[in-house]
Parts: sequence; structure tokens; C-alpha cells
Amino acid sequence: MLTNVLIAGVGGQGIILLSDVLGNAAIRSGLGVRGSETHGMAQRGGSVVAHIRIGNARSPLIPKGRADYLVALEPLEALRYLDYLAEHCIAVVSTTPIPPASTHGKVAGYPSVKAILDELSEYAEVYPIDALALAKRAGSVLTGNVVMLGALSALRGFPLKQEVLKESIASRVPLKTIDMNLTAFKLGRKAVKG
Amino acid sequence: MAKLDIAVNEPGMRVFLLGNLAIARGALEAGVRVASAYPGTPSSEILEAIAGVAPKLGIHAEWSTNEKVALEVAIGASYAGARAMAAMKHVGVNVALDALATLAYTGVNAGLVLVSADDPGMHSSQNEQDNRLLARFAKIPCLEPYDAQSAKDYTKAAFELSEKFQTPVMLRTTTRVSHAKGDVTLGELPDYEKQKPRFVKDARRYVCVPAHSRALHPVLNNKLAQLEKYASDSELNRMHLEGEKGIVVAGVARNYVREAIESLGVEVSLLELGFTHPLPRELVKRFLSSVSEVLVVEELEPFLEEQIRAMQSDIVVRGKDLLPREGEFTPELVEEAIARFLGVEHSPPPRRMAKLELPPRPPVLCPGCSHRALFYALKRVTRRKIYAGDIGCYTLGALEPLKAMDTCLCMGAGVSQAQGFYHAGIDEDVVAIIGDSTFLHAGMPALLNAAYNSADILVIILDNRTTAMTGHQPHPGVGVTATGSETRPVDFIALAKALGAEYVAKVKPNDFEETVRVLEEALSRRGLRVVIAEEPCALLGRKLGLWKTPPRVTPERCEGYLCSACRACLRIGCPAVGWEDGKAKIIEELCTGCGLCVSVCPNEAIVGGEEEC
Repeated sequence: MLTNVLIAGVGGQGIILLSDVLGNAAIRSGLGVRGSETHGMAQRGGSVVAHIRIGNARSPLIPKGRADYLVALEPLEALRYLDYLAEHCIAVVSTTPIPPASTHGKVAGYPSVKAILDELSEYAEVYPIDALALAKRAGSVLTGNVVMLGALSALRGFPLKQEVLKESIASRVPLKTIDMNLTAFKLGRKAVKG
Repeated sequence: MAKLDIAVNEPGMRVFLLGNLAIARGALEAGVRVASAYPGTPSSEILEAIAGVAPKLGIHAEWSTNEKVALEVAIGASYAGARAMAAMKHVGVNVALDALATLAYTGVNAGLVLVSADDPGMHSSQNEQDNRLLARFAKIPCLEPYDAQSAKDYTKAAFELSEKFQTPVMLRTTTRVSHAKGDVTLGELPDYEKQKPRFVKDARRYVCVPAHSRALHPVLNNKLAQLEKYASDSELNRMHLEGEKGIVVAGVARNYVREAIESLGVEVSLLELGFTHPLPRELVKRFLSSVSEVLVVEELEPFLEEQIRAMQSDIVVRGKDLLPREGEFTPELVEEAIARFLGVEHSPPPRRMAKLELPPRPPVLCPGCSHRALFYALKRVTRRKIYAGDIGCYTLGALEPLKAMDTCLCMGAGVSQAQGFYHAGIDEDVVAIIGDSTFLHAGMPALLNAAYNSADILVIILDNRTTAMTGHQPHPGVGVTATGSETRPVDFIALAKALGAEYVAKVKPNDFEETVRVLEEALSRRGLRVVIAEEPCALLGRKLGLWKTPPRVTPERCEGYLCSACRACLRIGCPAVGWEDGKAKIIEELCTGCGLCVSVCPNEAIVGGEEEC
């Protein structure tokens, strides 16, 4: 049993926290876990991707064509890793664009979010999430990553239980922000479950 | 952030660890007493983690001024009988090589481990050298972990090996080991209280004058021969004989090979090497005698491949004919090479290209980064200039639209290269640009050289009060040590003067007009000039509460000179300055309120921000 989760976004969005929470939850569930992430220069506002493999994996990288779930914290970043998506991939995508500085003032700039979601839908079952609005509702725009984690946890077949994920969140975020983050998690779940 | 206590003494506990944290834990389990490092991706988290628990355990952890110093501190500690570790990125080992190249002659006393974190694929480096070659050059053993658990276990094994053979040991990791995560089962921590270091004087061993070294070299070569035999019996190497053909593999690729064998459903013999220098020849010989053909799977250089081929067996040795010698491996690259080697059917996943054009998102200087203001101020001074650059966040100033960096080679090189440009006799003004931490690492001897040899250059020290690129480690200019205790900060102005600068000025880059004025003055003078541009890193500024209210755009004023909007604000390349409906737009979520866009707008269309607060 192996579940591959690819998390894509922009440096500074809190991807490393998500990979920590997922890994920790996997261990709490008695499962093996491996992953890989981006540090250093690539974090300076650049494209960032984390691989998390829950179950019996050896490689820290997901082989192309084998990602069961895609979590995109930014719409454009959702399209950069099409090669990685399995036929049955389910994606949760934050719908708030962060245009790269290179597109500012350019005619051929940032594609429309609708066009991005349409194209992604050809390769995956897509759940668009207004993570920014839900994060604000939870109490801080900084909880957008945890909103998306909540959404991921509600997807069909996702192996980690929500109670374990909540424990893992509580063990990984600053003490004062635990309640806020758990609210963000719940709002993310509801966005998928309805 | 609630962080895992890596000094928790619960043997058998399973934790989710970054490879580098596993190395730190392994060092603690081995009883390391002195740990030193200079930050560098992908190695930085090792010392950070040790420093975090050092006061509690009563051990010493430090950010050294550079890798040579770090290794030498560790050597002193080892001679004195304390287990020691020095951690650095691959190119850092070049800086430490002077010490390393002779260290094997003296050998060590207590265990000494040098962690070399290599960066195949150059995620955050200027080259992708394979430091196994340096282990061979320096005549020291090399161990290569392949995941988080082995990173911890091999670190501990490296200390034991080091002490057993009285040799420094290189623990060679790569980005996909150091920055990969996995579940790790913890071992026991030793009783630090019980250890008592003691130095036994022995000039014939520790004083490397020619007469002593001549005697030490044959001893070292003999030790290498013993190590080679030992390597063949090491538990860090594993052999499985199953198929007619064989694969030899080391490092992170061990995982890719295992998964590829499962995925292809093939039978193949496997020799997994964790102890890669000296090459375990006896073991390799046994392996070669049981296979018909062998494929060597190793990232970067054909380090094992060439040595195995040189063993003159009749077996065909393949490797770099099927796998690249540059970049990092991926699971699919390895699977395809194995399929071709075995001659089996293999269907790679379909290539998919997004039909939409995806604008690239390279790393950029952060919103509010004062390097941007400094670079833009330099552009304002209308003299022809050559920028000799250096290693750090500010290297990103080389990119569009600032393009304010003409060279970048290695730590400290800009200050020396600038002197070469000057002495070559070019017409342009020569400006060296170097960060605070980089200056203290390797720029100081270069500045002294400029004074000594009368180079007519301007050196700009970008002092953002931290080692920013690698994750905000303190340095000697900051007044804080690795463990967070206070220390005497070095004064950059006094330092520049002491090294011989004739003109020294300090500016705050976010005070844009004043910065332009000082740079104009500095560039109009002759002789050795130093300008220190001091402003805390914008990311630190957030924690320090230095961020200000974002400015506003007055749309009716945003019309630029003449007829079309001028877009001067876009030329600073700030991620927080966007463009919507033909007008500038401040992206408030990203803006730090530094006010640079306010300063550069020729039409006073962007107002507020800094002045308002």
C-alpha cells in the first residue's frame, strides 16, 4: 500500500510544514513515510515542490505518472507537474493566483484561473478551493496551507485519518495558533465534503 | 514553531526526520562534543540542529567563519580527544581542502567526521563537483548514506570507523539525502558527563614538518590498504546474488534501483555500496565473478565505475554510457537505464506538456529586499561599471530586470576579480559586490590584497545582518553565536579601515536618495573605497516588526512621462509591484512597505508607505 502526494506552490507558502504534518501523521498511524523538499535558493519566491510517499516507499521522489494526489497551493503551479499525475489523480487547487514578478506588465502574462483548472481537469479530478478566503475566515491568511491540508484529508481514499492529522497539526504549529489552524483544517475539509 | 527535540533519549522511538537532522542525531548518539560548520545548502540544518540542543547537553556547537576554520576547529578538538564533526556543502570542502589534504597524514585521535553535502543538479550551488574524488585525493574513507535512517546510522558508524583507524572520515550526502525525509528509529544517547578529553603530545605525529611527514606518508598508505580490506567486510555494503547480470549502486540511487527492479519485475544481482572509498575490492571481485555484465549506477562522476573497470576482470562494465554524468538521477531515469541494460520491455509514463504557456517562476529577491534598492541606486549613477559579484541572495541581482552582476564564481572571488579587472587596465569603474557573511568568510584577505597592491576599486559590502540565503544563520558581525548566546560583534567600518580602505562610508539602502548620493561620491573618487550598505534582511525585518504600511497608487498620476505609462516601478523587479489595467498596482499581501517604488516613481503616483509610519 503506497500513497503518493505531490505538493506544489510558491516559496514561503508553508509547504515544508505540510510535509512535516503529513509525515508525522503517517508515523502516528504506524505507516512508513518518505519525502523530499526544496530548501535554499529555490525558496526565494520560486516554484517549490514537495514529494510525500506514505506506505512502503524507498525513493524520496515520486516517479512520474504515480502521484495519487496533487495539492496545489497556487493555480499556475498545479500545471507544472502534469508528468507526475497518475491516471486516477485527484487534485485540490487553491484558486488565488500569485503572478510571478516576470509576468508583471507583460501582455502574455498569467493565464486565467479558469483556463488552468480546465486544462488540469483533463488529467485529474479537480477540487478548486478558495483557500485564501477560508484562511481569512479561520483567522489568518497564513493558514492557507492548512486549509488545503484539510481539503486533501477529505478526498476519496486518502489514507490518514482526520483525528491523527489534527494531532499532528497541533504538535507542529506554534502553541497560540493551534485553534486557528484546526479551524482552517475543518474549513478545508468542508470545502471538499460540502 | 514547535520543533522536535532531537536530543530526546528514547531509544526505539520512530520519528519523521529530515536527512540532515538524522545526521545531527547520529552525531549526538556517537557522543560528538565539538561541532562546527559554515552554512551552505544542502548542509545547513545539521549544525543548526546540534546547536539547538548543545547548551542542554553541554557540548560546543559553532558557526565558524568559513569551512577551513570549521574543519580546523574540529581537528583541534579531535587531537584533544573529543569526538568532533565539521559540516559543509561540497564547495565548502574546497575551502577546507588545505587542512584536509594533510590531515590524513597526522590522522585523528577521537573520531572526526567531515560531512560533505553534495548538490547534484545544482539546486543551490555554482557547480556539481563529486566530493568522493576529494575523499580519494585526501586519502580518507568515504561513507555514502542513502536515506534518513542510514544518514543517522552511517554518521554513528563514521565516528566508530574514524576512531578505529585513527583517520578522518567523509560522510558524503547529496541533496536528496540531506533534504529528503523519512521515518527514523532513534538509538541511545551516551552519557556526556563521563567523557574527559586529554591531549597527548606527539610532535612526530602532529607537527607536519617534512621529516615527520615523510615518515607519516607510508604509514597512511598502509592504513588505506587495511581500510580497503575492512571495507570488504563492512556491514554498510550489501550483496544479493540473484540474476545473471549485476548492478553496483551507491547513494540515493539505491532506492531508485530497488524500486525499478520491483517495477520491472526482473531478477538481477545487486551490490549496494555504503562504504565507497577505499573501494572494497575483494567484495567487488566476488560480485564480478558471479555476474556476466555489470551496470554501475552512481550520480555525477564515474567514481566507482572507473575503479571497477580498472580491476581488469573480463566482465563488461557499463555506467555512464547509459546514465548521465551531470545532474541528479530520478526514479524514471534509473528505471529506463536498467531496462536497457537488461534488454527488457519498458513503457515510460507519457510525457505531458501543458497547452497553456506557463510563465516561469525563478527565485527572485524578496519584496522589500534592500539589495534591490542598492542595485537600483547603482544603476542611477551614470558611470560605466563592471560588477564583480559573489555568492549569496544578492547573486539574484544578476537576473532581469536589475542585471547588476557580471561575475559570480565562488565565495570571496568578486573582491579579488575586481582587482584583476582593474590591473588589466579596463576603462570602466570596477565595483565588487559582496555580502556580509561572505566578506567575513573569504573577502577579508582579498580586501587586504587590494590595499597592499593599490587596486583602484569600490567594494560594496551588503550587510543584511545575517547569512540570509541559507536560512538566517548569525555571523561574527551580528553579535550572536550559533547557540543564541551574545558575543562581541565585529565593526565593519573599523574592519574595512584596518584592512586598508582609504574611503569608508555606510548607507541605508532603503534611504534611496542618500544611497545614490554616497555611491556617486564613492564612484567619483579614486583609490580603495568601501561602502557598507546596512539594512536587516526583509525576512528578518518581519520578525523584528520593521515592516511598514504598503504605499498606495494614485491612478490619475500613474501616467508616466509623455504619453504612455512609464513603468519605472516595474524596473526594480519587485514581486509586490504588479500591473493592472495599464497602471501600477501594489500587491499588499507581499509588500513590506520599504518604499523603493515610492522613491523611483518619477510622477509621485505611488505615495505613502514608509513616510506614513
